[in-house]
Amino acid sequence: MIEINHVSKWYGPLFQALKDCTTSVARGEVVVVCGPSGSGKSTLIKCVNALEPFQQGKIIIDGISLTDPKTNLPKLRARVGMVFQHFELFPHLRIIDNLCLAQEKVLGRSHDEAAAKAMKLLERVGLTTHARKYPAELSGGQQQRVAIARALAMDPIAMLFDEPTSALDPEMISEVLDVMVDLAREGMTMMVVTHEMGFASKVAHRVIFMDQGEIVEDTPKADFFGKPRSDRAQKFLSKILSH
Amino acid sequence: MNYHWNWHIFFEPNPTGAGTYLDMLLSGLWLTIETSICAWVIALIFGSVVGVMRTLPSKAASWFGFAYVEFFRNMPLLVQIFLWFFVLPELLPHAWGLWLKQLPYAPFYTAAIGIGLFMSARVAEQVRASIGALPRGQKQAATALGLTTAQTYTYVLLPIAYRIILPPLTSEFLNTIKNTAVAITIGLLELTGEARSMQEFSFQVFEAFTAATVMYLLINIVVVTAMRIVERRVAIPGYIAGK
Amino acid sequence: MFGNFDFDVIARALPYLFREGMVFTLTLTALSALGGIVVGTLIALLRLSGFRLLSRIAALYVDLIRSLPLVLVIFWFYFLVPYIGQWLTGAARPIKVGAFASSLITFIMFEAAYYSEIMRAGIQSISRGQPAAAQALGLTYGQTMRYVVLPQAFRNMLPVLLTQTIVLFQDTSLVYVVSIPDFLGAASIVGQRDGRLVEMYLFAALVYFVISCVASFGVRQLQARIAIVR
Repeated sequence: MIEINHVSKWYGPLFQALKDCTTSVARGEVVVVCGPSGSGKSTLIKCVNALEPFQQGKIIIDGISLTDPKTNLPKLRARVGMVFQHFELFPHLRIIDNLCLAQEKVLGRSHDEAAAKAMKLLERVGLTTHARKYPAELSGGQQQRVAIARALAMDPIAMLFDEPTSALDPEMISEVLDVMVDLAREGMTMMVVTHEMGFASKVAHRVIFMDQGEIVEDTPKADFFGKPRSDRAQKFLSKILSH
Repeated sequence: MNYHWNWHIFFEPNPTGAGTYLDMLLSGLWLTIETSICAWVIALIFGSVVGVMRTLPSKAASWFGFAYVEFFRNMPLLVQIFLWFFVLPELLPHAWGLWLKQLPYAPFYTAAIGIGLFMSARVAEQVRASIGALPRGQKQAATALGLTTAQTYTYVLLPIAYRIILPPLTSEFLNTIKNTAVAITIGLLELTGEARSMQEFSFQVFEAFTAATVMYLLINIVVVTAMRIVERRVAIPGYIAGK
Repeated sequence: MFGNFDFDVIARALPYLFREGMVFTLTLTALSALGGIVVGTLIALLRLSGFRLLSRIAALYVDLIRSLPLVLVIFWFYFLVPYIGQWLTGAARPIKVGAFASSLITFIMFEAAYYSEIMRAGIQSISRGQPAAAQALGLTYGQTMRYVVLPQAFRNMLPVLLTQTIVLFQDTSLVYVVSIPDFLGAASIVGQRDGRLVEMYLFAALVYFVISCVASFGVRQLQARIAIVR
């Protein structure tokens, strides 16, 4: 479904953010990407949606290459859902309109069709009563659930999560993770950048560990939690699991 | 002071034979309003386009925007008006120049366009600054949903940006109104111009300028009050501008 | 388009344009900026002072001036100053005021309203602990302002004050409306005399453009340097 082949990215001439990254996510697979801050994990996931340009390598989504000049990027992006660290709901639109905007403008659905879909998804994340509110009137956890619903409204073939819980107050993390766990159990293809190792051990098939722009480890979940091969991953794990 | 006050002067017939001095001032007031609104429409359209260009990734677009703003910002408004009024018709092919010179209401068009373009550089700076101040994630979220760049600006970035710059735009509109007085130099009989000619005909200097002053104050009060209402109407519940 | 463009007329007018016109413009700009900042600071202090009446009057003055077009204010002072002079000196008739003095008074009083808003923002941006610390050391209100608050406010606001001064430099061209020969006025006189308005106005535009560009570039550099120091 998602193939990442030898991708390298530089910021300016000196700083290399990604170093020859290669991995893939199969249909229905849930892959968790973790690593210390500044390791390039957010950059990698943004490259998958072509939000960040990269200078070398190839990313292929459902058989379509991102770097092919013939690729219609907006159409491709619309098929891959993305959830951001800071939610990024559109503050001037009501919740329902946040869910409808791209359905209407990108997929060309009628307003009624889009609104019906939106309400169904809001029900799924438990927020139907908030449909007429504005984002700033919701809590962080509620906003992130709306953001997930907004991405799902596009009927994506895969979902990307960029640290979806790291901007949340602790008591709101689980309501978001619950939605994500449900999604994973339904068979959604997911690539998740997160430090939530509980989530990883519950639903991930594979864990990727990144450090300094490199994919250091890319192993099935059981191996990763059992005994990471690299020192760096061991150190990282002991740090975040020690509390 | 041995100045002879005569407040009845406003009700005495003016030298044009059509109505009183008060009528003269009122027609100036009306022309000031008309000119400012035309100039403001031009300033908003050109300023928005140029301001958006300065935020685009394209080097050429942002360079053009920069040059545009510097061009209109670094010359006195009076000089720009003179360039449009006296110089432009001479630089055009002869027939066009002649047509321009014989255009009825030439001072009005020159003032509206000249002041409009002058103000557009300031509007552009406001638009650029407010788009630049929006969180980067907003643009990424819109892009990730598959919206094109044009759609991202139309439905997401600009609606938020305009709300943020409503207060500074109000004061730029007031500046536009004040700047119309510069058009007195090319013979536009707006409010200051009519006050000046009333002074020349009637020798009641201070009555004429007092009346003009009061009228400018009234315009200010009306605009400020109207914009406060607009600000309240478009405010987003719970959203603190720029956050 | 520039086929019959007469560069010679510009060359011949250069001495007059610069020695008379530009000297007038620059002197007027410099003195108005100086006077405007001094008066503006006083107005700002009045507005922030505890005297309700004085601060209301200062606010009223600033709001009034800022609501009016500069052209109208120029007319006001042009006609008003002779009467004020008469009142001050007790003369029998309105006194004659020279073109330079008249425009200088106008611009000082007009720009003071704008400078005062900048200085007020500057003073308000100083943390409340500063005057408290100064007064704890035994400084009087005047000393606190003079030695502690105003120098900091002035330093913080320097780029904004200078930007406003570039605006002032451009605004001085409006003395044209009372036929005072500043730089633009001089260009206009030569242009009308020789029938060469196109050349003269284009040249004037270029000169204003270059000076303003260089000045705003300088302000940007200064801003960057101040930002690093902080």
